[in-house]
Amino acid sequence: MTRVNLALLVLIACVASLPLFGGAYALRIGTIACMYAILALSWNVVGGFAGYPSFATAAFFGFGAYATAILLDKGVPLSVAVIGSLVICFLLAATLGIVLLRLRGHYFAIASLSLVEVFRELVNNATDLTGGGMGLNIPLASGSGILADATFFFYAMWGLLLTTAVVVMIVSGSKLGFGLNCIRQNETASNMVGLNSTLYKSVAFGLSACFVGAAGGIYAAWVHYIDPSDVFDILYSVKPIVMALMGGLGSPLGVVCGAFLYLGLEEVVWRNYIQIHSGVLGLLIIMLLLFLPHGLISLRAGMFWRKAKHV
Amino acid sequence: MSEILHLRNVSRHFSGLQALRDVTISVNKGEVLGLIGPNGAGKTTLVNTICGVTPASSGVVTFDGKDITRVKTYQAARLGLSRTFQIVQPFAEFTALDNVAAAALFSQPGESLRSAREEARAHLAFVGLDAQADQSAATLTLAMRKRLELAKALAMKPKLLFLDEVNAGLNSAEVERATGLIHQLAAGGITIVMIEHLMKVVLNVCTRIAVLHNGQLIADGQPRDVIKNPAVVDAYLGQQYAQRNAARG
Amino acid sequence: MLAAQVLINALVLGCLYACIAIGFSLVWGVLNVINLIHGSFIVLGAYLAFGVYQWLGVSPWYALAIAAPLFFAFGYLLQRLLLNRVISAPVLVTLTLTFGLDLILNNAMIYYFKADYRKLTLSPPTGSISLFDVVVPVDRLIATVSALALTGLLYLLLRRSKVGRAIVAVRLDRDAAVLMGVDVKSIYAIAFGLGAALAGCAGVLMALIFPISPLTSSVYLGKAFVVCVLGGLGSVSGALAGGLLLALVEGIGSTLIGPAHATTLSFVLLIIFLVVRPQGLLGRKGFE
Repeated sequence: MTRVNLALLVLIACVASLPLFGGAYALRIGTIACMYAILALSWNVVGGFAGYPSFATAAFFGFGAYATAILLDKGVPLSVAVIGSLVICFLLAATLGIVLLRLRGHYFAIASLSLVEVFRELVNNATDLTGGGMGLNIPLASGSGILADATFFFYAMWGLLLTTAVVVMIVSGSKLGFGLNCIRQNETASNMVGLNSTLYKSVAFGLSACFVGAAGGIYAAWVHYIDPSDVFDILYSVKPIVMALMGGLGSPLGVVCGAFLYLGLEEVVWRNYIQIHSGVLGLLIIMLLLFLPHGLISLRAGMFWRKAKHV
Repeated sequence: MSEILHLRNVSRHFSGLQALRDVTISVNKGEVLGLIGPNGAGKTTLVNTICGVTPASSGVVTFDGKDITRVKTYQAARLGLSRTFQIVQPFAEFTALDNVAAAALFSQPGESLRSAREEARAHLAFVGLDAQADQSAATLTLAMRKRLELAKALAMKPKLLFLDEVNAGLNSAEVERATGLIHQLAAGGITIVMIEHLMKVVLNVCTRIAVLHNGQLIADGQPRDVIKNPAVVDAYLGQQYAQRNAARG
Repeated sequence: MLAAQVLINALVLGCLYACIAIGFSLVWGVLNVINLIHGSFIVLGAYLAFGVYQWLGVSPWYALAIAAPLFFAFGYLLQRLLLNRVISAPVLVTLTLTFGLDLILNNAMIYYFKADYRKLTLSPPTGSISLFDVVVPVDRLIATVSALALTGLLYLLLRRSKVGRAIVAVRLDRDAAVLMGVDVKSIYAIAFGLGAALAGCAGVLMALIFPISPLTSSVYLGKAFVVCVLGGLGSVSGALAGGLLLALVEGIGSTLIGPAHATTLSFVLLIIFLVVRPQGLLGRKGFE
């Protein structure tokens, strides 16, 4: 267990205590914080570890949301529905990955972006199953009273975050993680030393999608109503990237910090500048990319640890 | 002498350009085969075709009894084919140790990162890079990077090793050192195919020479005979070299 | 006949698509930057035409002459001052940066112009031409001809002028161009400015045909993407080929399986091309 991984677990543990400090608002923020962290951690597997800039996060978030919603509609219990979405998203992404990950750089970015469009349109058109553009209502799943409901979903999202973080940490220290690191640095050389890069990339893509899908499922159950333009919003693809860039590409601790910081900024901006909040987001992105290209972790490494290690 | 690699009528074209034309050749176990020829003759293409980087357009490649014409690069690596690159391809952010460990880790089944790193130290020592084990590959000199390539290739425990111009860009002291390493490898029983321009090295190390010109094999045999072959002199060696050699007897 | 109508529609739409995409294609091909602000530039150009017509009574055709230099300057400065700093950064950074810029521009347009759809209606209305059962609205026809004229102008610029040759050189081989004495930084800025100018002019033409709103910028961007991948990057002929192919597929697809699926179809086509033939119909391999 490296120092950085330990710090990450401690951070996540601290978040669990949030319900003690606040009411409905704190719970809502906390749930979104956990969700953002899951998206950022997941993206980091394919974008940070393997070096493939994926814009497909929204595609699987939406897919997971709808998969869970449809399963709930059929009477499946929530936990089963979410796990089901997780598995489906993993398999779907791994399969699509075999084809899409043959592309590099810009082409892969566009292809992954197009996935979002294609999924959204497919859902839009499958009106019998998904309600199409009119959206889908999800039955209230648990508890009584607003607060009980909110607490349940906070811990559901938190539990998923913990799972995601643990899996990512295991991957990071494993042969898979080492292999993805090789692929990122020099894919040709990786193949030459006997690494089956197609398999590794495919698994990475699957991992980057499965927890995102599960998060989408919990989100759907939480908000009780979803429609295609809401869950297949391109911003669900872009925000994790910004969070990862803010916190430090490649580092799980970094991206989670980036996610929390991003949410903090988003809340401040939303509450004060609602009409221009997307413009402010844009400005933030630009400042970040111009002045802090390696993210926060590049600052911290200098301050707190003597040797800067790329996690 | 048993045959370890056999190419039969292997051709390769790239949209109009015929890079390899009906190449038929065998490599025997324990040989050190020198592959020479002018630039653009197809030497690197031949290695790429055998290793699965670019598949052959036609023909059959057999290695250790198996048909490997259509295998993927990583599969060829795991079967025991290993190569160095003319333009070195390290993992730039990794240390020298991790570069070699990566090669050991992915080419051998059942390896762990720890055991791979232990093995890597031995290979680095063999090529004389043990002092640089924890240095980032990007900070090594060209000569060191070439030796790192060799260490990586060896970490894959190859049955057949392709050396693609290992001596390009090295000074004479470095070349002598590299040649010494190759002698040691050959003595250890690895079959070697080396693409090389320095005839001094070729004649020093190789047990057999094959000559490629315009994608075709124009000579194949004992070094002393091949360098006297008029077709080879015409295509590659040049009259001056031939005369100098004749004078030496 | 239905087939003829579908074909003519595709032809007309294809040229418009090509016009939308050509600026995007140029920037991508020369700077290797995917300019996500492109769609918003087009919408801004449409607003310019609308505003000029609504409040100054000036014909939209003159708006073209106003748009071109304005957008060129905007694009040139944007590249020179901002984008140039990250020009050699990986894909992720440039994409995210232009995304951020687009957020700002789009938000500004929604704030100032409001998201409601507006329509530039020419008075007197121009009507449509009918030939052998095939109907073409005149405004669309004139827009198509103008679109072709614009792309033709770009073609001439790239072929005949010194700057144009330099741009093509940088597109083909950046390092070689540097060795030949080309000021690449300047060319990048000029190319980006040209891309912006073309987008602005395309927007003026779009204003004549389609409703205007900041919400449509992603639609234009999406079309530009698909046209580039289908036709190939950085060339006028590529944009035309891609535009025509896309319009044809959409037209035939609409007729056979309904217009709702047209967008899905175009993106599925995009993915197919990316996997099978990433350089597009007329493009050259490369540009990771």
